[in-house]
Amino acid sequence: MASLRCFLRSGKNAVSAGLRREFHRTPPAAVQVTVRDALNQAMDEELERDERVFLLGEEVAQYDGAYKISRGLWKKYGDKRIIDTPITEMGFAGIAVGAAMAGLRPICEFMTFNFSMQAIDQVINSAAKTYYMSAGLQPIPIVFRGPNGASAGVAAQHSQCFAAWYSHCPGLKVVSPWSAEDSKGLLKSAIRDDNPVVFLENELMYGVPFEMSEEAQSKDFIIPIGKAKLERQGNHVTLVSHSRMVSLCLDAAAVLAKEGIECEVINMRTIRPLDAEAIETSIMKTNHLITVEGGWPQFGVGAEILARIMEGPAFNYLDAPAVRVTGVDIPMPYAKILEDNSIPQIKDIIFSVKKTLNV
Amino acid sequence: MRKMLTIISNILRGSASRNGAELVSEGARVVVSARTYADFTPQATFDIKKCDLHKLEEGPPLQAVLSREEGLQYYRTMQTMRRMELKADQLYKQKIIRGFCHLYDGQEACAVGIEAGINLSDHLITAYRAHGYTLTRGGTVREIMAELTGRRGGIAKGKGGSMHMYTKHFYGGNGIVGAQVPLGAGVALACKYLGKNELCVCLYGDGAANQGQIFETYNMASLWKLPCIFICENNKYGMGTSVERAAASTDYYKRGDFIPGLRVDGMDVLCVREATKLAAEHCRSGKGPILMELQTYRYHGHSMSDPGVSYRTRDEIQEVRSKSDPISMLKDRMLSNNMASVEELKEIDVEVRKEIEDAAQFATTDPEPPLDDLCNHIFYNDPPMEVRGTNPWTKLKSVS
Repeated sequence: MASLRCFLRSGKNAVSAGLRREFHRTPPAAVQVTVRDALNQAMDEELERDERVFLLGEEVAQYDGAYKISRGLWKKYGDKRIIDTPITEMGFAGIAVGAAMAGLRPICEFMTFNFSMQAIDQVINSAAKTYYMSAGLQPIPIVFRGPNGASAGVAAQHSQCFAAWYSHCPGLKVVSPWSAEDSKGLLKSAIRDDNPVVFLENELMYGVPFEMSEEAQSKDFIIPIGKAKLERQGNHVTLVSHSRMVSLCLDAAAVLAKEGIECEVINMRTIRPLDAEAIETSIMKTNHLITVEGGWPQFGVGAEILARIMEGPAFNYLDAPAVRVTGVDIPMPYAKILEDNSIPQIKDIIFSVKKTLNV
Repeated sequence: MRKMLTIISNILRGSASRNGAELVSEGARVVVSARTYADFTPQATFDIKKCDLHKLEEGPPLQAVLSREEGLQYYRTMQTMRRMELKADQLYKQKIIRGFCHLYDGQEACAVGIEAGINLSDHLITAYRAHGYTLTRGGTVREIMAELTGRRGGIAKGKGGSMHMYTKHFYGGNGIVGAQVPLGAGVALACKYLGKNELCVCLYGDGAANQGQIFETYNMASLWKLPCIFICENNKYGMGTSVERAAASTDYYKRGDFIPGLRVDGMDVLCVREATKLAAEHCRSGKGPILMELQTYRYHGHSMSDPGVSYRTRDEIQEVRSKSDPISMLKDRMLSNNMASVEELKEIDVEVRKEIEDAAQFATTDPEPPLDDLCNHIFYNDPPMEVRGTNPWTKLKSVS
C-alpha cells in the first residue's frame, strides 16, 4: 500500500513508462524495477566487470539469498565467486576482510545487520582502522551489506538500526539507499570504492518498484557516495531522511501540500560522510528542519545532523529549533499495534511539521 | 692467525657433539671461500626432535641439514631480533617508547624458522608480539624502532605503533586477540582464488587459542581447503595465565580437530624450519590447512608493564635461558661442527650491535610526524576531504 502511494508520489506517470520501445520517436524508456532487482543488477554487473569481486554470506549461493537479493548469481558465477558460509559471522567477516587485504574485492553479506554485531570487531578494528594504522600501506576494499532496521513482526533482536553505530567510526563509509536507482547506483559505487563501505538496505523496501531511467539502467551508472538528493522541492520546512523513511516523508509532504505547506524532502543517500551542505542550503531557504529516521533517538543520525546544523552557518537561518522524528526509545515489540507505534508514522511527521511551523 | 684458528677449530671439533649432531664429511677440508679464515664445514646434518603428530601420517624428517651460509644468516637475524627487543626494553624504561610494547626475546627461533620454511612471496599475519616478524618479512630495524618511538621515519609513519606494523605480504601486527586468525584465512582464500600457489601463515598465541573465532576459522579453512598454516606460538602463558589455567586441553596442535597438526620444538630453529617446510608442502599440494604448535618461551613479561615474575618463577626463566636459548643452541651447533669461528660470530655480534645503535639513534632523533599528517590516510584513492577538529571552528585536511 505504502509502496503504491510512494510510487505515485514520485511525480511521474506510471503509464507513460514506455515498456515497449516500438517507435524511434518515443522518449527514452524508463522501466519499473524493484529495489531487490536493482541490487541484484548492481552485483551482477560488478561481478562481471571485475574478476576480483566476489560475494560471501549465509545462503547467498544455493538459496539465492535469504531475501533473494543474490538470485541467479551462483548459477551464473559458480562456487568460486558466490560463497555460502556457515553461520559464523565473526569468522566469515574476518575472512572477507583478510581477502580484501590480499587483493580481492569482497561483498560480505550479513543476513541482517543485527548479526553484524557478532562481527563488529572485524568491521571496525580490522577493516575501518587499518588504512590509517598502516599510514596508507594497507587499503581494505570491502562492502558489508544487508538489511538494516525494522522489518515487520520480527521483534526486538531483529529490528535494530545500525546507521548511528557504524557512522560513528572514522574509516568507514556508510550508505543508506532509498529507491531502486539509489540502490543500484550506490551499490556499484560501494563495490568500486577502495574503502570499507557499510551498505544499509531495508527489507521492507526490497519489493518496492521504482521507475528507473534509461541512464540508470546502464552498466556504468553509479551514484557518488557522500551526496544527498533533493527528492521534493519546498519552501516551508526541510525534511531530512534516509532509507524507507524517505517514503513516509514524501507521503507526509503530499498530505501537507493540500494544506498549503510545502515540504522540501532530502534523501540523505549517504550517512557517512554526511552531506551537511545539502541540508544547510535547504535550511537557508526553508528556515525549518526536521530529521526523520527509524532508529532510536539517543546519539542517532538525527542527533548528529542537529549538532552539525547548530555548529554551522545554517543555524542563523532557523526560525525554530530543529527537531528529530525517530523510533520510540524502546526495544521493538512484536504485537502489530505495538510495533506500528514504535516507529515514525506519517501522522507523526505531519504533527511535527505543524508544531515546528507553529500552525 | 691461520695457525691459531686451525688449533681452535681442531679443539672444537674434538669436543663432544651436542644434540647428537654428526659431522658429514663431504670434502670438509676444502676451503669454501677466499677468506683468510681456516677451513669451515660447508654444511652439517643435525638431529632434531621428533614432532608429535595429529592426524598426520608422516612428520618432518628427524634430521636437518644446515649450510654454513644458512647458519650465519639465521644467527645474524636471531641476534638482530634479540638485540632489537632488548634495546626496545631500554628505550621503554627511558620512556622514549610508550604505550604497549610486547617483546619477543626468547622466541626468535619461531620467526626465523618459519621464514626459512616459506618464501617472501607467501603471506604472514600475527598478533601483537610482532616486531620479530616485521623484521623477517622485510622491515628494517630502523623503521621498526622509529615506529616504536612514534617518529615519521617509522614503518607506519608513527601512526601505528608497536602493534600495527605492516610490510609487503605481512598484515601486521594486530591488537585484538584472535582477530588475526580469520584475517589470515581470508588472505589464504585470496591466495587460492588468485591461483598463485602462495600460502598464508597465520599465527596466534596460547591465550588466543581459546577464541571462538579461531574455531570458526578452522571450520571454514578446512571446508574450503584454504592454503593456510595455522601456528600457535605456545609460550606457556597468556599474559599472566598459564596454559593449565586457561585451557581444558593444552594440546594446541590437536585443537584443530579435523585439521592435521604437529607439535614442534619452537626453541630449535631447524626444527621449526623443517616443520614449516612440511606444512607448506601440505598446503601447496591443495590438501587444505594444517596446524603447528610451536613450544617456545618469552623471557620478558607479557608486555613492558609486566615484570613477568608474579605468575612464574625467576628460576624457570633462568632455566630456559641456560638450557634452551635458541641463539645459543644454534651457536653451539655451528661452533662444535666448525661451521663458523668464535671470532666470526663475535664480529656478527658487533655488527648487529652497531646496527641496533644506529637504529636507536635514528629512532630517538627522527622528528615526530608533522601535525598535517594527523588526518591523512582515512580513505584510499579518495579526493581530499575535511575532518572536524576538536571544536567546530577547526577544520582539518585529510588526503588519501
